[in-house]
Amino acid sequence: MSDPATPALAATSPIPRYATPVLRVVLVAAVAVGALAALLAAAGYDAALALGALWEGSVGSWYAIGSATLVRATPLVLAGLAVSIAFRAGVFNIGAEGQLLAGASAATAVALGSAGVLGRASVLAALVAGALAGGAWAGIAAWLRRRFRVLEVISTIMLNFIALHAVGWLVRGPLQEPTRIYPQSSSLPDVARLPRLLPDARVHWGLVLAVAACVGAWWVLRHTAAGFRLRAAGANPSAARVAGLIDVDRVTSMAFLASGALAGLAGASEVGGVTYALYESLSPGYGYTAIAVALLARLHPLGVVATGLLFGALEAGATAMQRDAGVPSVVVAVVEAALILVVVALESARWRARAAEAGT
Amino acid sequence: MSEVVAPFLEATVRTATPLAIAAMGELVTERAGIINIGLEGAILAGAFGALAGASQGTAVGYLAGAGAGLLVAALFALFTVRWRADPIVVGTAITLLSLGATGTAYRAFYGAEGASLSIPTSPAVAVPVLSDLPYVGRALFAAPLVTYFAWALVPLLWWWLSRTHAGLALRAVGERPEAAEAAGIRAGWIQALAVLTGGTLGGLAGASLVLAQVGTFAEGMSAGRGFIAIAVVVLGRWHPGGVGLAALLFGAASALQYLFQAMGWALPYQLFLALPYGMTLVALAMGGGYRRRASGFQR
Repeated sequence: MSDPATPALAATSPIPRYATPVLRVVLVAAVAVGALAALLAAAGYDAALALGALWEGSVGSWYAIGSATLVRATPLVLAGLAVSIAFRAGVFNIGAEGQLLAGASAATAVALGSAGVLGRASVLAALVAGALAGGAWAGIAAWLRRRFRVLEVISTIMLNFIALHAVGWLVRGPLQEPTRIYPQSSSLPDVARLPRLLPDARVHWGLVLAVAACVGAWWVLRHTAAGFRLRAAGANPSAARVAGLIDVDRVTSMAFLASGALAGLAGASEVGGVTYALYESLSPGYGYTAIAVALLARLHPLGVVATGLLFGALEAGATAMQRDAGVPSVVVAVVEAALILVVVALESARWRARAAEAGT
Repeated sequence: MSEVVAPFLEATVRTATPLAIAAMGELVTERAGIINIGLEGAILAGAFGALAGASQGTAVGYLAGAGAGLLVAALFALFTVRWRADPIVVGTAITLLSLGATGTAYRAFYGAEGASLSIPTSPAVAVPVLSDLPYVGRALFAAPLVTYFAWALVPLLWWWLSRTHAGLALRAVGERPEAAEAAGIRAGWIQALAVLTGGTLGGLAGASLVLAQVGTFAEGMSAGRGFIAIAVVVLGRWHPGGVGLAALLFGAASALQYLFQAMGWALPYQLFLALPYGMTLVALAMGGGYRRRASGFQR
C-alpha cells in the first residue's frame, strides 16, 4: 500500500486540507447509494421503496440514529481500527471476525463468572478479557507468520472458521444456558452490562470506547516512536530493516497483536452492550465489513470513525430494507466490495500516473 | 470393518473432488507467479452459476459454473495483472463481492422456494468389476463423472507443465519474469491466462460442489474452500501429484466426522468441522518459505 496518509491534492487544491476527508466520505456515500439503487433496479426490486426504508432505518429519525446506526457503527469502528493498525504495519489481518468472536467468548465467560464477585468492575474485567483473547487469537497467526512465514491472509481466515466452530461448541457445552435448550449463553446480569449513553436509545458506552481508541491510536501513530516504527515497517520493511534501528519482525508482530486486541474489544463491547449473551450469529460479518471500513478511511484512525459511522448507517438501513421492502440485506456486501474496488482502481491509476511522470 | 471404512473412503473422495479441481487451477496460477486470493469468490460464483444453469441440464450447469468462475477471475486479472493493484486487497474485495452478489441473486430469483430448492445431483458412474473391489471400489470407481475429471487432471497437468512449450513458458514467467520477457515471452498475458484458467477451474469446483455433492445452493457455501485450496497447493509442493494427494488428505479430514459418527465416539462435532481449517494452518507452516516463493514477482 502506498502511504495512505498523504492526500495528493493537498498541495495545490483550493480546498482546505481538513475538508478532503469529509468530501471523500460524502462522495463515497453517494457512490454507495447510487450503486445500490442500480443493483436493486437490476434485480427487479422497487428501488424507491427500498431506499426510503434505508433512509428511515438509518438516519430518518433520532430513534434510528441512536438505536440502530450508532449501535451498528460501534463494532465497525473498533474492528475497522483493528484492520487499519494491522494494514499500516503491512500485516494483512483478515481475521478481525475470528478475533471478535474470541473476544466475545472470553468477555462472556469472565462477565458471567465475575459479576457476583466484582460487581460493577466485572464490566471492565470483561473488556480486558475480550481484548486479551482477541490478541491471543491473532497471536496464533502472528506466530505462524513470524516463525514459518505463513501468509496471514490465509491463516487468519482459517482461524475465523475455527473461532466460529469453537463458539458453536461453547454455546452447546461449557457456556450453554442452564436449561440447555437454546444454543446460547446465559444473559449477563445488569451489573456486568455496559451502561447506555442516553436514556431512550440503545447506543452504549462502547461507542465512546471506540472513538477514544481511534483518537488514541491516531496520537500513537502520529506522535510516538512506536508509531513511527510501525509506519516505517509497513511502508517499506526492507528500508526499515536496513536503517538498522527497527526490528521489523517484532514491530509487525506487536501490531498484529494490538490489532487482534482491538477486534477482541469489539466483540466484548458487542456482548456487554448489545446482545448480553454469546451465540453463533453474534456478528453479521463485522470483521469482514471492517476491512472495507479501514480501506475507505485509507487506514487513517480518525477516518475510521467516519467510515465506521457510514457503514453503520448503511447496515442499519439494510436491515430496515430487508424488513420493509424484502430486499436481502446481504446486498450491502456488494456495495462494500464495489467501494473497495473503486478506491483500489483510483489509487493504482494515481500510482501509475506518478510512475509515468517519474519516467520509470 | 468394511461397512465403516468404505463409506469413509467414499466421503473422502467426494469432499476431495471440489478441492482437487480448485487446487489444480490455483496450481496453474501460482506456477505463473500469482496467488489468486479471490479463488474463494470464483468457487462461490461457480456454485451459483451451476444452480442457475442446472435447470437446462447438468452439462449446462457445469458450463455455467465454469463461466462464472472465469468472469470473477477476469476481474481479478484486470486489477492485479493489468493495473498492478494489491492482490490481497483485490482478492478480499472480490470474495466479498461474490458473496453479496450470489446471496442477493439467490434470494431475488429463488426467494419463494428458499432453502427447499434442491436439484438432483449427478449420478455415480460405476466402472464394472473395479467398483466391486473391497474398501476402495465404490470410492474410486463409482463416482460422478466430475470426480474422474479431477483425477484425470493430475497426469494431464503434469504433462502440460513439464513437457510442453506453453507449460515451460508459464513456469519461466513464474520463476524468472525478467528472463522470460527477455526471451520474448509476454509475461503479462501468460499471467492473465493463468489466472483465468485457475478461475475457470475454481468455478468448476463450485459447480461440482452443487451438482455432485450438496444438490442446492446456500449463501457462502464455499465456506473457505478457496483458501483451503491455496493451502492444498502449498502442501502438494506445487506439483500436480502432490496436490492431488493433499486434496485427498483434506477430504479425509472432512470425512472423519462420518467415521466418528459411525464408530459412536462422543466428541464434539464442531471439532471435526474445524479440523480441515486447523490442518490448513499446519500445512502452511510445513510449507515454509511460501511467502518468498509465491509472492516474489507480485511485490
